[in-house]
Amino acid sequence: MKLRSWFVLPTWAWMVGLFAAPFAIVLAYSFLARGVYGGVERPWTLENYQRLLDPLYLTILLRSFGMALLATLLCLILAFPAALFISRSSRHKNLYLQLVMLPFWTSFLVRTYAWLFLLRDTGLVNTALQKVGIIHAPLQLLYNDGAVLLGLVYGYLPFMVLPIYATLERLDPSLPEAAADLGARPWPTVLRVILPLSRPGIVAGAILVFIPCLGAYLTPDLLGGGRTVLVGNLVQSQFTTARDWPFGAAVSMLLMLLVTLLVWGILRRESEQLT
Amino acid sequence: MEPILEVRDLAKDYPGQRALGGISLSIPQGSFFSLLGPSGCGKTTTLRLIAGFEEPTSGEVRIKGQVVNHCKPYERNVSTVFQSYALFPHLSARGNIEFGLKRHGITDSAARVAEVIKLVGLWGKEGRKPAQLSGGERQRVALARSLVLTPDVLLLDEPLAALDPKLRKQMRAELKAMQRRVGITFLLVTHDQEEALSMSDQLAVMNEGRIEQVGTPEDVYFRPCTRFVAGFLGAVNWIDGVGIRPEATRIAREAQNHGAKSFPALVTDSVFLGDCFQVVVRLATGEEAVAQVQHSSDVFQPGESVHICWNPADEILVA
Amino acid sequence: MKRWLGLYAVVFFAFLHLPLLTLSVFSFNSSRFTVWEHFSLDWYRAVFRDPELIEGTWNSVIVAVAATLISTVVGTLCAYGLWKRGSRLLTGTLYLSLVTPEIVTGISLLALFQWMFRWLHWHLGLYTVILAHVAFSIAYVVIVISARLRTISPNLEEAAMDLGASEWGAFFYVILPALGPGIIAAALLALTVSFDDYVITSMVAGVDSQTLPMVIYAMARRGASPVINAISALITVFFGLLIVISQRVREA
Repeated sequence: MKLRSWFVLPTWAWMVGLFAAPFAIVLAYSFLARGVYGGVERPWTLENYQRLLDPLYLTILLRSFGMALLATLLCLILAFPAALFISRSSRHKNLYLQLVMLPFWTSFLVRTYAWLFLLRDTGLVNTALQKVGIIHAPLQLLYNDGAVLLGLVYGYLPFMVLPIYATLERLDPSLPEAAADLGARPWPTVLRVILPLSRPGIVAGAILVFIPCLGAYLTPDLLGGGRTVLVGNLVQSQFTTARDWPFGAAVSMLLMLLVTLLVWGILRRESEQLT
Repeated sequence: MEPILEVRDLAKDYPGQRALGGISLSIPQGSFFSLLGPSGCGKTTTLRLIAGFEEPTSGEVRIKGQVVNHCKPYERNVSTVFQSYALFPHLSARGNIEFGLKRHGITDSAARVAEVIKLVGLWGKEGRKPAQLSGGERQRVALARSLVLTPDVLLLDEPLAALDPKLRKQMRAELKAMQRRVGITFLLVTHDQEEALSMSDQLAVMNEGRIEQVGTPEDVYFRPCTRFVAGFLGAVNWIDGVGIRPEATRIAREAQNHGAKSFPALVTDSVFLGDCFQVVVRLATGEEAVAQVQHSSDVFQPGESVHICWNPADEILVA
Repeated sequence: MKRWLGLYAVVFFAFLHLPLLTLSVFSFNSSRFTVWEHFSLDWYRAVFRDPELIEGTWNSVIVAVAATLISTVVGTLCAYGLWKRGSRLLTGTLYLSLVTPEIVTGISLLALFQWMFRWLHWHLGLYTVILAHVAFSIAYVVIVISARLRTISPNLEEAAMDLGASEWGAFFYVILPALGPGIIAAALLALTVSFDDYVITSMVAGVDSQTLPMVIYAMARRGASPVINAISALITVFFGLLIVISQRVREA
């Protein structure tokens, strides 16, 4: 049936034209030099990649990695009990799922802005604390790493809950029962039996959270106020204010490399675990 | 009279295996024909080649004398009832049945549709969607959907496999009756020998991509051509170079000599099945045989020395 | 243990929803500050009077609708094509497009467009935004439709052809209707993803083609303002309703 080959053609066109081609261009740019009026020009050079080894940029990379890791970990700790709760509830499962999903459907920008609104000097948190008398002057809650971390965790939390929930749902309910039958008490059961078995869900959730966090731009820009510079901000600035496209391209390529290696590595390990 | 469906030296290869190794069949118009065999024997492949879902590697499929090898399924006047029924979930039973007619541009079909709905016994339920029908009812829709187009041949791929045993027996009788009433040629594919024997006018026994034997149910059961056919159609005892069915095998305390063949044996087991005993014996040669013993005034216990005997006329095959 | 979990769940859902709820509540506060003065619709009036916001919304709607239409059609066809015959290369590329950080997608598309404009002498505009949105939405559509296709028996198409439909007819009269709810779900996903996008859009939008997230972002960078609260509340309610309605429609 030759019909089906035509069906994938438009997608191929889009992927080649608007995904692969741009990628190739950026790859090429990363080996070029910065043009006089912005843009790029010859000669071909490895300078941009060498610049990456500068401690300034390495710090940014490490901080981005660390921030993403921390955000993922926090999401995991917060999401797991929630997923456990939903999978164990007998009556309103669907309702709880919808409650988790609802923030996901509303704007990410709005949800990030919400923390801007809450944490600013005249925001709710500071106002409430002052009213109660705990503090007398507003705390600087925004424009630091903590606020960015909070924004990331809040933004990506639903992405961690759902895969874990899905895996928990598929677990054999008789397993914790068997554990209890053999004398295990509730919390150790969770840690020793359920947690390891929810591994696929945890891995999926971790990928869904870590990767966007690694390349985050919006959250550090809005809640970090330019003080928290992560990889995403670095790339964006090179393509706008700094007008150093080749360097920005090199940083992007590095980011892509990290992401691809991570996903590939995890997928391979997971499929090995299965076989 | 010309056969309505003919298959000549039909072969189908897949990468790494020969699914069908050159078979030939001639199916008379108006008959109920079955392809019987174990999974992997090529019977479903044959059906799909006749329906047009795949093209043969070599050989011909002829419908009413015309070669249809390169015709698409919608260009052939045959219709298939799938094992999974493949009903369209978004259409009601009536919608499913009307589907084929609409694709052929036949709009004035209310009477035909009503007739076939009554024929398959779905009257009153035609407004329901497949999700609201039981397994048996869904099968009836699948049948009606194909029958309404009055195909030259109706192909049925293990139609009763998904039904529970009681329903299966009932549907066997209904299918047979339906076929007699509409007079359309049915080609049924199954691995269940009881099904094939009870419903078919003729059947072909297949194994590993080849046809082992074609004949009436009695032919194939009482006069099998090969060990495989003998063994597939029912249980067989192989004693002294001949095959004999357990129901034709008798147990006696003394050797028989009025023309019957008789061999000494030791009873190893006796299983009560309700309507008969199955007595398992071991012969001097070490071979085992099973005799089906009805209404036994004589009950045989394990450990007894007996004679196993039969009438040579009941032998089904010389090995 | 169930009690502790229940308690935790309450805290969890509160954490998840209170920020948005607070945002919405204070959009009705007459004061700019988070001390309650009195109920007021002033900020909502300001939203509807702000030409930037109006234009931004309008642009977002145009882009979202166009991108959704294109990506749903293209993605559905692709999922169907892959269902009949898989292509690891294409599937891999689609997945790669999903995990690529938005900023990288954004700058690479900018680089592409600028490179093309050297020859074509065109400029960035709403159309570049639409092209970009389709590019990242296709993968979502393919995933949703592919998942739905897995629940459809492959015999269904054969049955359609067996009964007289051509290959096209089988796709059009049987597969598409069977996919129905899946197509709606995919379109909804593409719509929300497109409407909400900031990072990629900001890189490839023209000067005159600001979308709503871009306008809000610019306002937010200047400092928090209750106008943003109001428009945020409107967006939240709108999409919340859209999701709830679509769920009801699909369950029916």
